[in-house]
Amino acid sequence: MMIEDEEVDLVLNDLFEIYGYDFTNYARASLKRRINRLFTLDRFPSFAEFRYRLKSDADYLKHVVEGLTVTVTEMFRDPLFYKTLRTEVVPTLSAKPFIRIWHAGCATGEEVYSMAILLKEANLLHKSLLYATDLNPEALEKARRGIFPMAQMKLYSENYIESGGKQDFSSYYTAQYGQVKFEDKLAEKMIFSTHNLVSDRSFNEFDLVLCRNVLIYFDKDLQDRTLRLFDESIGKLGYLALGSKETLNFSTIKPKYKQLNKEKIWRKIS
Amino acid sequence: MAENKLKTPCKAVVIGGSAGSIEVLLKLLPALPSVLSFTVIIVVHRKNSAESSLANLLSLKTAVPIQEVEDKDAVLPGSMYLAPADYHLLIEKQGVFSLDNSEKVNYSRPSLDVTFESAADVYGPAMVGILLSGANADGTAGLKAVKNAGGVIVAQKPETAMSGFMPQQAILNTPIDFILDVNELIEFVRSLNTAS
Repeated sequence: MMIEDEEVDLVLNDLFEIYGYDFTNYARASLKRRINRLFTLDRFPSFAEFRYRLKSDADYLKHVVEGLTVTVTEMFRDPLFYKTLRTEVVPTLSAKPFIRIWHAGCATGEEVYSMAILLKEANLLHKSLLYATDLNPEALEKARRGIFPMAQMKLYSENYIESGGKQDFSSYYTAQYGQVKFEDKLAEKMIFSTHNLVSDRSFNEFDLVLCRNVLIYFDKDLQDRTLRLFDESIGKLGYLALGSKETLNFSTIKPKYKQLNKEKIWRKIS
Repeated sequence: MAENKLKTPCKAVVIGGSAGSIEVLLKLLPALPSVLSFTVIIVVHRKNSAESSLANLLSLKTAVPIQEVEDKDAVLPGSMYLAPADYHLLIEKQGVFSLDNSEKVNYSRPSLDVTFESAADVYGPAMVGILLSGANADGTAGLKAVKNAGGVIVAQKPETAMSGFMPQQAILNTPIDFILDVNELIEFVRSLNTAS
């Protein structure tokens, strides 16, 4: 059994009317797939029962929000992107008295810890602040703890080296019971907070905004709205970094930005 | 091939493959005419790498270059698209692609099932799903969805595939319309073309 388009509309309407979560401008094909995935995994006998549970059980809502939002991420994901950050972006920030960075849609925080490591190695972490936001409170709680599965560390270590890292990657964490905990020094400069890109506003001015593999889940209108929100939040000569298959090409802010060589990093030029 | 079973003009041909499918694509794609009346969407399992060399490799001898999809690219008739490594590829009813990098499906991202199912939802009876060589079970559920939506489904003849397991799964578990070797496959896809 499949949930059809009209039923997806009903679910989206309930989420908004009852709980204030607005998913209506999410890219419909992947949203429909995720709703169907939840419906199948949770073994509902009918759509009506799924809908009733969602409307009447606030705990189940949490599970639905988690299920609809994608939290797949990794440290130093796309190592060449991090290499460009390391060699071309971070050095241009070094003269600033303060460095403000926003990870929008940070999920479980792997990229925030990666950024903190880059800044530490450039001797800039002490004067940086990393704002990390997501609409999913459960994911943020994981990010705040800085505890990740040991099984991922081989990949992360390889990514780190490919991104130009010269230290022993394992010196950044302590391992215990199949988990690793990243050192508290890295997290000291992180501020975690819920923020919904659909409904919340700009809250500061940043030198660098990273939002990678979040816009792919939005339709073109919401992408453009979000990019304008980023534009309002990026200071003069600041940077915007997107995921490897995302682009500014469809957006009204494009003329104000210049892309850095091949990576998905743009600098605000006007 | 006198009869391709399509009841309505074909809008999209979705081709999925895994191990051993690239050599089939290297024969099939250059044999297609330069003007096509439908969209070709290709999903191939491969290792995640920063370089998009597969699109270049497949484009070497084709009349139309094969474009590796970026998020929200338009889906145009006559064009050929390749799913990027490490993303699921979906199609929106507004005629654009969406990328998705959620959990792997059948140990795969891109997953063939995800694209077949999404295409079935958008194109219904106006599409053909083709499953090539491979060593995993991805693609079978997707072809089922294509069939249920009224589309036509095709598997590479397993004994002509470098890895026959994947098309064999589809043949065993779906009401497959055609089981074709590479030359028959070329002829079949050409028969879908109404452009001149």
